[in-house]
Amino acid sequence: MSFLGDGFGGYLTLILAGVLATEVWRWLGLVVGSRLDVAGAPFQWVRAVATALVSGLVTRMVLFPAGALADVPLWMRLGAFAAGVALYLLLRRNVVAGVGASAALLLAAQLMVR
Amino acid sequence: MVKDNDRQPGEPEPAGGEPDAASPASQIGAFARGFSLIVSVPSALLFSAGLGFGALARDGGFSVAHTALITGGMFALPNQVVLVDQLARNEALLAVAFAVTLTALRLLPMTVTIVPFLKGVRPRPALETVAVHFIAVTPWIESQRRLPSIPSGLRLATHVGLGLAFWAAMMAGSMAGYALAGSVPAMVTATLLFLTPIYFLLSLLATARVRMDLIAVGLGCALAPVLYLLVPGFDLLATGLIGGTLAFLLRRRRA
Repeated sequence: MSFLGDGFGGYLTLILAGVLATEVWRWLGLVVGSRLDVAGAPFQWVRAVATALVSGLVTRMVLFPAGALADVPLWMRLGAFAAGVALYLLLRRNVVAGVGASAALLLAAQLMVR
Repeated sequence: MVKDNDRQPGEPEPAGGEPDAASPASQIGAFARGFSLIVSVPSALLFSAGLGFGALARDGGFSVAHTALITGGMFALPNQVVLVDQLARNEALLAVAFAVTLTALRLLPMTVTIVPFLKGVRPRPALETVAVHFIAVTPWIESQRRLPSIPSGLRLATHVGLGLAFWAAMMAGSMAGYALAGSVPAMVTATLLFLTPIYFLLSLLATARVRMDLIAVGLGCALAPVLYLLVPGFDLLATGLIGGTLAFLLRRRRA
């Protein structure tokens, strides 16, 4: 962390490598999105790409997690995840119930197994 | 119900006032309704996600001001994690910026699909630039779900309201996580981290309006692990492009 210690240089690093490296895509999205018609095929394609990408993020977070979740066994993660989806479908597409039940199961499984 | 927002950019304003330029009072109302999501499941999830990030940043040796700058200025959790992780390992600045920008590329298609809903009769470049800062997965999901049924003149205010609410929730979470780092049991942290993917998936299913959306969700979930092993770093981009394009091409078949 040597170069983050000194005042201005540290902030500049974070602004360049963090904030601007991220924000530039939002600005580009603003420019491109301003020219697209919601009913048109290009917009539909971009929507499909965004949806697939976020879905991919979901599986990646469950299968290859970071931090404390990586220490939870894979079968627990998959089991709690599948149970959350099943409950969501059973309980007439209730997102809150699905999320809550899934998290509760994961916590319970960790408590029982350890 | 207002018909749609597909007014062409160059179209002249109709005489006798702007039909979709809402009154200042209704603009404030729309902003307030958006901001009221500060008390909601997605805000609670962002707060929890922020908790985890704040703890991670403190472990990495970042100051509280640096942590606030990262969360507030980036407002995109996976990118924040990449930035903190790479800097803590003393990677070269250019390599860090590249890894962050590659992770942030997902924001491009997400922004593109929200921006057309934010456009009113008059262009408002400054406010629109502020509005797109609030695009991250959670606000994207909520705005996709809410904006189409809101009168077009009130969409920008609604989006800024809910975006600011989610941003504030994540900031509060990061600061709390920074303060609490080390004192939260690992089991709880793991469970908090688990809330995000399950919420994302169920929300995607709940927001899916047409067959194409469901195909995209299915393909995205299935392709990501394979591509993660094949092309690490580019896996999400490849997942989006391959899965999304296939879903787009398949959208009219077996309808």
